[in-house]
Amino acid sequence: MLELRKDIFADERDDNLKEIGKGTQRQDMLGHVTGTSTYFDDHKLQGMLHLKVLRSPHAHARLRRIDTMEAERSPGVRRIIRGADVPRNLNTLLSLINFGKDDEPSLAVDKVRYKGEPIVAIVADSPREAFEAMAKLRVDYEPLPAVFDVEEALKPSAPVVNETYPKNTFVYHDVYDHQKLRFGDVERGFAEADHVLEQRYQMSPIEHAPTETNGSIAAPDTNGRYVVYTSTQALFFSLDTCAKILDVPSNTFHFIGGTVGGGFGGKVDTLTEPLAILGAMLTGRPVRYQLGREEEMQFGSPRGAERIYIKDGVMRDGRIVARKIRAYFDSGAYTRLSSYAVVKCVAHLPGPYTIPNVHGDVYCVFTNRTPATAMRGFGVTAMDFALECQMDKLAHLVGIDPMEFRILNAYRDGDMKAHRREAKNTALIECVQVAAEKAKWPLREEMKRMSSRKDGGGSRAAISPTPLEPVPQRAAVSQQRTTYDRAPAAIVQPPPPAPTPPPSPRPQAPSHGATRFSSVFGTRRR
Amino acid sequence: MTKTALQFRHNGRDVALFVDGGVNLLVALRELIGDMTPKFGCGQGGCGACSVLIDGELHLSCLTLAETVNGRAVETLDGLKNGPNLHPLQRAFMEQFAAQCGYCTPGMLMAAKALLDRNPSPSRAEVIEAISGNICRCTGYEPIINAVLAAASGGRARA
Ligand code: FES
Ligand code: FES
Repeated sequence: MLELRKDIFADERDDNLKEIGKGTQRQDMLGHVTGTSTYFDDHKLQGMLHLKVLRSPHAHARLRRIDTMEAERSPGVRRIIRGADVPRNLNTLLSLINFGKDDEPSLAVDKVRYKGEPIVAIVADSPREAFEAMAKLRVDYEPLPAVFDVEEALKPSAPVVNETYPKNTFVYHDVYDHQKLRFGDVERGFAEADHVLEQRYQMSPIEHAPTETNGSIAAPDTNGRYVVYTSTQALFFSLDTCAKILDVPSNTFHFIGGTVGGGFGGKVDTLTEPLAILGAMLTGRPVRYQLGREEEMQFGSPRGAERIYIKDGVMRDGRIVARKIRAYFDSGAYTRLSSYAVVKCVAHLPGPYTIPNVHGDVYCVFTNRTPATAMRGFGVTAMDFALECQMDKLAHLVGIDPMEFRILNAYRDGDMKAHRREAKNTALIECVQVAAEKAKWPLREEMKRMSSRKDGGGSRAAISPTPLEPVPQRAAVSQQRTTYDRAPAAIVQPPPPAPTPPPSPRPQAPSHGATRFSSVFGTRRR
Repeated sequence: MTKTALQFRHNGRDVALFVDGGVNLLVALRELIGDMTPKFGCGQGGCGACSVLIDGELHLSCLTLAETVNGRAVETLDGLKNGPNLHPLQRAFMEQFAAQCGYCTPGMLMAAKALLDRNPSPSRAEVIEAISGNICRCTGYEPIINAVLAAASGGRARA
């Protein structure tokens, strides 16, 4: 029986772990089994209209002309919405925490950059009438060469997917076309190693396929406000995103949600709310915008694809002495959250192991594929798959049991991690020991006696000399400042109460939201 | 558009309504009658979230034209409870933790009811077969299978 490490987060909870090992009923279970849990689509509102979206059939095309004349006259049509009707038709989700540049329109204007991209929205009395009107829309496309492969997209000859990022990569720290990690000297490590192993790993995009598709219903309320029933997983994040796109103060909206028919990360992108609310604003009626299953698959963002190259140097005795990683995250046509996934991934390198020389280059790449988003552990999941496959291969290469190979290389309390923080509260060795025991996997006695709290630190706490690299020229004044390189002192203290801001129709760059994505800033998550 | 008059029994009560040609039973139940228990997951027969019983038989309401239930009996999750008392399947789903987001649950419960009504003590394989048209993306099927088996054996969990 293992002792529980109660020192972890000790200041954040009382020392009362009596719930562990007992079943505890969900508070919403009775609603689920009686069918009375209220999902967004279970609201039936008087005079509700239905919104459907014309989507691009091309992965990359210029929009020469959009003709809505015939569709406007189609029976039951209340309003046709085009890009020009969207108050701020350019946004990036993480602009709420000042991370990245606005790069994605709500409705495409000059170009479409992926198959399924929204172009025109139709609000009609019934879904059927909306579809009938959609068939009468005429769009003149000029197909453009498209790029679907992350490494192809980085070649100078590749088509530019998203003009906000002309090199097809997200820009980090205003300078770099990728996020870097440098710790020690991998080349020296490879030169000293007994074996060097380089491998390539690939993960395809993964669709969340929630049983309930994305959607929302927006309805005019009193006092010029709007009530919004939504499937979102990120209620306040969506609310603020809508306030920005629709250029109104966030107290214009009353968002109601929380009962979500499966999300897994696929319901954080505010895919439907802005157009549903805009439809309600333009018609004065409740508007429902629900994705069909095909739209959910084609347009609903997936977990992004990743390609990963790992090169390791290992000694005959099993010590990994150098690990070099180059990885490409396929963000699709727009940033959404992939920029952040890359930051998270680099912070995770080289996995839970103590390796004296680590080198990481991870790119957030734009291609003409559906924009990617969050999904259960995104940024780390595919990398861990690659790292752990690599660990098995290395163990095989040096003839060591794979469980013992992990214990040998596991980080321990007091070790220096590659991003230059001391390892604390480590428990990988104990996890491997328990996993081996449960799987009846034989470990040698000396491996069973090893502990995360013994033999760490010392020479393992050293930062080996790290060669300097030239810093590229800083780009001209950037559109938005990336704030995660702020001086840490500014973050640990709670900000002083802000003076009451003057009433402004345009939301200022908000300071909230920082705790939600706290791992970008390195602050503690609450 | 011409409307068709339609009468059927909905959870033991007679309903009469007019439907547009081509309207499916899922839309008729949710939007015209206001019974929100059957869910839309795909509208193309792929997920089972819209499952209902028609004359005791399991059907996908998204693929059933509303007009075709004229004179028949439609049961949905809304009719499963007996007054304030939960059906044994509902109790078993709660006790076995057989739902997370709950969106598949109405369809799962109707598929399970169709099974137990015709076969009160099914084998594990028969339960798996009976819910094979119902997709659950959250819970994993084991707790659901266990819940159906538990309901069949009067609340006692069976392996
Ligand atoms: S909604 Fe009927 S099977 Fe999916
Ligand atoms: S509980 Fe979410 S789909 Fe089954």
